[in-house]
Order: sequence, then C-alpha cells, then structure tokens
Amino acid sequence: MSSRTFTKAALGVAAAGVVGLALVNAAAGGGEATARSKLVLMAPAAPGGGWDGFARESQQAIKSDGISNNVQVVNVPGAGGTIGLGQFAQMEGRSDMMMVTGGVMVGAVELADSGVSMEDVEPLVRLADDYAALVVPADSPYETLDDFIEAWKQDPGGTSISGGSLGSIDHLLTGLVAEKVGIDPSQTNYIAYSGGGEALTSMLSGTTVAGMSGYNEVADQIEAGNLRALAISSKERLPGVDVPTFLEQGVDAEMANWRGLAAAPGVSEEDRGELLEIVEEYRQTEHWQDALERNSWTDSYMTGDEFEAFLDEEISRTEDIVEGLGL
Amino acid sequence: MDQLNLLLEGFGSALTPINLLWVLIGALLGTAVGVLPGLGSSMAVALLLPITFTLDPTAAFIMFAGVYFGGLFGDSTAGILLNTPGNSAAIAGSFEGHRMAKDGRAAKALATAAVGAFVGGLIATTLVVFFAPLLVKMATAFGPAEYFALAVFAFLAISSVVSESVVKGLGALGIGLVLAMVGVDGPSGTVRYTLGMPQLFDGISIVVITVGLLALGEVLHIAGRIHRDPAMERIGTNGRARLERTDVRKALPAWLRGTAFGVPFGIIPAGGAEVPTFLAYGTEKRLAKRRGDKEFGSTGSIRGVAAPEAAGNATAGTAMGALLALGLPTSATAAIMLAAFQQYGMQPGPLLFERSGELVWTLLASLFIGLVVLVILNMQFAVVWAKLLLIPRHYLYAGITVLSMLGVYAISSSTLDLWVLLVIGLLGFVMRRYQFPLAPVLIAVVLGPLAETELRRALTVSEGDVSVLVSSPVTVILYSVLVLALVVSALQHLRHRRQKSAAALGGTGEGPDGGSGGSGGSGGEPVAPSGPTGSTAAADASGPSGTARETEKMGTRL
Repeated sequence: MSSRTFTKAALGVAAAGVVGLALVNAAAGGGEATARSKLVLMAPAAPGGGWDGFARESQQAIKSDGISNNVQVVNVPGAGGTIGLGQFAQMEGRSDMMMVTGGVMVGAVELADSGVSMEDVEPLVRLADDYAALVVPADSPYETLDDFIEAWKQDPGGTSISGGSLGSIDHLLTGLVAEKVGIDPSQTNYIAYSGGGEALTSMLSGTTVAGMSGYNEVADQIEAGNLRALAISSKERLPGVDVPTFLEQGVDAEMANWRGLAAAPGVSEEDRGELLEIVEEYRQTEHWQDALERNSWTDSYMTGDEFEAFLDEEISRTEDIVEGLGL
Repeated sequence: MDQLNLLLEGFGSALTPINLLWVLIGALLGTAVGVLPGLGSSMAVALLLPITFTLDPTAAFIMFAGVYFGGLFGDSTAGILLNTPGNSAAIAGSFEGHRMAKDGRAAKALATAAVGAFVGGLIATTLVVFFAPLLVKMATAFGPAEYFALAVFAFLAISSVVSESVVKGLGALGIGLVLAMVGVDGPSGTVRYTLGMPQLFDGISIVVITVGLLALGEVLHIAGRIHRDPAMERIGTNGRARLERTDVRKALPAWLRGTAFGVPFGIIPAGGAEVPTFLAYGTEKRLAKRRGDKEFGSTGSIRGVAAPEAAGNATAGTAMGALLALGLPTSATAAIMLAAFQQYGMQPGPLLFERSGELVWTLLASLFIGLVVLVILNMQFAVVWAKLLLIPRHYLYAGITVLSMLGVYAISSSTLDLWVLLVIGLLGFVMRRYQFPLAPVLIAVVLGPLAETELRRALTVSEGDVSVLVSSPVTVILYSVLVLALVVSALQHLRHRRQKSAAALGGTGEGPDGGSGGSGGSGGEPVAPSGPTGSTAAADASGPSGTARETEKMGTRL
C-alpha cells in the first residue's frame, strides 16, 4: 500500500517536473530553423498584458491555416517592453523570430534611456490600432470637451487625470492635448496607474476629475452610463462609436496605440521577405479578421517605406512630448 | 430567487460527463502548475488558452474554472511541504503549514488548506452570484486615501508578527522595504536602487523574493547544519489526512474568519490576495497568543493554515465577481481570462449579465463544480503529496533547489532573476542564522509599495492637502478602529504589566535579571521587567528568551 502511494507520489513529481520543463522549454525555445517550420513570437510583456494578447492572437491565426508548423509565444516582460527589446537586439540574424512592438515601446524607450532603441531591431509592419479616449464620471459637471478644457486651463494642477503608466499612450496623449490647448504639459496633474483596470476604478470612484484610457477598456462603462466620453484620439470617427474626435472639436491631437511586429537585427533580405509574407498570409485568415473585430482593433496594415516614415515621425513626436512633460 | 433558478440552469448546461472530464483535466493541470514554485495560475491559464479555443464555450469555461482555482490549491501545497509557495498568495499559509509538515502533520496541513480553499472559494462565489452589483459599488468606494488607510491598518494589524523581538522585527521590515523599493517609481518615473540595470526597472518580483528567502534560504540553512543536528535528518509523517472532529472545531472558525478577510479584497484592485492572507494570518497569531496556544509558531497551528488559505481563495472568488461585473481584472490571471471571455463574444462589464446571461450563469456554475472537484482531488492527493517528504533529505533539498531555479527562470526567462534569487537566498540563510524573523520582510514587500503609492496618489490629487486622508467615511472608520484597538491593547498591556510587577515584587524581587525568569515561566510573550520602560525594554527582554527558544526548537523557526 505504502509503496504504491509512493509510486503515485513519484509519478506526481515526475509529471510536475515534465510540465515545468515543458514551460521552460517553451520559454527558451529557439534554434536554427526556418520561419516556416518553426516561428517564435516574443511578447515583451507578461502573460495577460496587451502585447501578450496580440502575440497569442497572431499565434492562433498562424496556426489556424498552418502558415508555420510550430509557433510559440515567449514572454519577456519588463520596463514597457524595453527588456524584451534589449534581448531581441542581441539576436543578430535570427530568421525564425519576430517581436511584438508598438507605440508603448517607443514611449518606454524614450523614458527608460536604457541604451536600446527601435533602431536596434528591424521594424517590419504595423498591424492593428486602437485609440484612447478622454472620459469623465457620469456625474461630472463637464458635458463637452470645451467645458473640460476651460476648467483645465484655469487650474491645471487641480484637474487631475488618471491613466496608464508613465510613458503610455494615455500619458503621452494627455501631454499632447495639454500642449495643443495651451497648457504647459509639465503643469498637468497626471496620476499614473499600472493597469487599465486600476485606472478605471479611480475614475468610477471619482478620485480624479477625468481619465485618459484605451477606448475599448471603457466602452462598456460608457454605454452603461457610468462614464461619459468627451473625445477620442482617432483621426476620424470610428464606425459604430458615437464619440467625437479631438480633431473635429478643434484640438489638433491625434494618436494611435499601434501594434506591430519587428524582425531581429541583421536578418537577410530573403528572411525578411519570408517573415513579411507570413504576416501578409496570416493577416488574411478568418481568425485574424475575427480577432480584429473581437478586440475592436482597427486594421492599420502598413509596411515598407510608409511604415518607416510613420515610425520616424512617431519617435520624434514622442521625444518632444516626453520632453514637454518634463520627464 | 431569480438568481437561484438561473444558476440551476447554469448547472444544467455545465454538468455533462464530458464537461466533468474537462474540469478534471483543468483541475489537474492547474494544480500541477501551481505546485511548481514561481509558476502561478496566470501562467497556467495563459498556456491553456490556446487549447480552449477549440472547445465550445461551456467546456472552455469549466476547464478555466478548474485551472483558475486549481492553481490556488496547488500553490499552497508546495508552500506547506517545502516552504516554497507557488505564488505570493500562498506565503502566509506556508508559515504555519510548513511548521506542521516538519512536525509530521503534512497531510493534515494539506487537507486543512484544501478545505480552507474550498470554504473560502465557495462562500465568495456564492456572494458573487447573489450580490455582484453590490460588490461593485463597494469597489468604487475605494480611492487612494482609502487604500492608504487600509495599508496602514494592515501594517498595524499584522505587526504582531514582529513582536518576538522588536529590533530584529523592525530590521527585517526595513530589509523588505528596501527590496520593495527597487525599480522605477510609478508616480514619478524615478529610477531607484537598480544599479543601472534595466532588468531591475520593474522591481524584484515578489515570487523571487519569496522563493529565495523561504526555499533557498531554508536549503542553505539545512545544508549548513546537516551533520550537526541529527533530528533534522528526516521529517516523519503519519500519512493521515483525515481531519478529526477536534481539528475541524479548531479550523472552522479560522476558515470563516479567513473568508471574511478575503471577500472584500477580491474586488478592490490593490495588493491582490497577499494583504488578506497576511491579515488572516496576523489575526490567528494574535488570537493564538491570547488563547495561550503553544502550537502557533512552534509545531504549527492548524488555524494558522486554515485562515490564510480560506482568505486566498475567497479573494479569488470575488475577484471573479469583479471581473465579470466590472470588467475589472484585479490580477494577471483575471486579465488573461478576460481575453478568453472576449474570445467567446462575452464582454465582462456592467452590461454582461444582460448581454450574455446564459454563458455567465454557466461559468458561475462551473466555478462551483471546479471547487468541488478540487477539494475531492486535493483531499486524496494530500496523503500522496505528503509522501514527498519521505524522500531522503539530500535529494529532496537538491530537488527544491532545482525547482526553485526553474520556476523563477520560467517567470521571465531572465538570468538576472537567478542571481537575485541566489543573493536573497543567502540573505535568508544569514537571517535564519541570526534569528531574524522572515515574515516581516514579505509583509513589507507586499504592503510597503501599496502604502507608498497610494499615499502619494492621494496627495497628488489633492495637491498636497493632507486632510484628504481622512475625508471619507471609509477612512474615518478604519482609523477609528485602529485608534480604538491601539488604546485597548495599550490598556491591557498596562494592566498586565502592573499585575506582573506586583507579582515580581512579592516573589523573586526586582532587578534587571528578574525579567528572563519571569518571561520563561509564563511561556507567553516576553514582557518587559519592571525596571526599564518603553520599546528598548521589550528588546532587552527578548534577548534571553530568544536564546532559550533557540535551544528548545532549533530549526523549527521560519
């Protein structure tokens, strides 16, 4: 009896060990293979983060049509993605890897000053965007963006605005809007929260006067009547979203929380083409189209020179805003 | 009783043989991943997400329910047996649990934990079913000032864990605060104590600190005295997991107290399950002291396992409520599950129950089923797991070392984490060697940043006006309770001391040496002798009593 239970225990330990090894193997995977047989997507964020979700949707899309035989997601969390960026920058010439990147990383690079930048990798493509919205609690006296801006101009310090962590799209957009309406961005009272959820409760509990948040995170609260959206950061009104843009209300501020992919530094022209082809293929899959809709992402496919120009502009604009915010 | 009917309908669609198979698989996988140090349920859910994409929604939810709670059940297993809690929610339960294991009552500790997790989860989930909208209201009553009051409250409520030696306790608290401070400061973006290494920008993960301090520190401690202490060669275990009637009578109130701590914390997105588990642990410790319970802190008290475990799972239960009703992921696990729900066109939030009511009730029913399956599973496993301790020590501790390293590496594939782990392990060894308590370090790591960030947020919003800290009913109530508790305990202390000094005057006479005799005899807390006063006196008194304890139960300390 006791020896049997001992065997059971041993089996249990062995099983646990195997699971552990499998996890680590999944995390450390790599090797010399082509992207068609084995592809690794690095999500420079913890499981549960936005980039992790993006990476896993991509993984599923690639799997769904057998575009690559074996796709794995590796999480390298930390410092707004710059830890992942730093690691990826070391993977000279790896043809079987892509890293998830986006606007948040551009901001984090500016903020962290950690010696790595987007120049150290090969940005490939921009795939999906969403936008930030300025919201106030339903019982707030501010009905329109104009009301809010007037009050904000009078008392920048007393008009606290909550949002994501420093350097996030929420933060950068707050700085940008402030600058455009003639408030010194460094005078704004921005309360940083580590996640959208925390920022949301701070708005619902009336801690801060207003909140800057990803529109999708607050959409339901707006519909349920708990929050009121004053403006959204998209260029044009989004289909099915009844929120006016900053631009149409006379504030020259427009910003997308874009997500895309980058290749390792020093990949050959051929490998780069292959990776782009994979992206091009999985973008067409039903799963990806479905994913865009489910996550309310706007398809913003952009590559080549166009993407490069966009990225350059994005970086220089972020530099300016970060400087203006006094960080 | 609308909810009841809807819930029964949910059970109807969830309870099919094939779904039961899924929940079993989910529970097994969740437990397995939870058992590994460092790998919590968030990792388990993330890895399983792709698998569930191919299932129909009901099957997927039921599997998630198994994984979600399974990870929490598993976390405590490793903590109790090997002192390597799988994630931060299991730390508080490990203190007494591991003592019980060392005392040969591992199976019983595991069973207590399993039932505690079940009770906590069950009550919390039931509350979610009936009172979800109310819970949501509660969440929005908490702003930075309230959080800060809560953190202060928790600090003082848990302070009993530093009471053995005030100086060493405060020292340990300080170490914890320093460790917690590493990284980029959220509100200002200032970089603190990172030695210029970007890998440290996000701070040191609490899992790394826990595993280093508890697991690796323990391994080094054992290795350091392996041939000197024959009693430590092997832990005995009588394989009985059955809880006797007396055990249940002891544990039941503790389970309920723990649940009461856990329920409110699931909804508010701060600190996760650590704060309530520590609060539950602190309360039990305090009660044990009042009761004169000698098991607590020596051979391991069943209550000290029961309460934190119930608190941990109660938090998880109401966290699910917050996720569903508010769309508010209060933990990483919840964030991934949010993504999973969206996969099935279910958008958690204020409109969820209207939009996809049927799925929600199935999910809630799944949670109940998952809990039942898990408690059955874990009661059976308790005996098997406890057999782990029969493995000869040198293999066992080598295994712990490997698993700790593996688990920590798996969190973020960072080699720096391994070095940090090693350094903290050495720190844990030194602290054990010089009898520093370890619990305050972990408490400081959990509560320190919470208190700091929230205080600064509150003051930033109010532009430096301190009155904001006491401007709401919640804060006023919390501080009032705190002041009341302090006054009462001070009065008690005073009366106690007066009795003591009266007895001392009548007996052995006064003098600085009288203290050690007195405290040794009472067996309770070291009470300062009549001569000197204040905190220095308490520290002095703890010196001799500390060494007395040392010979008495070497190695049973944390």
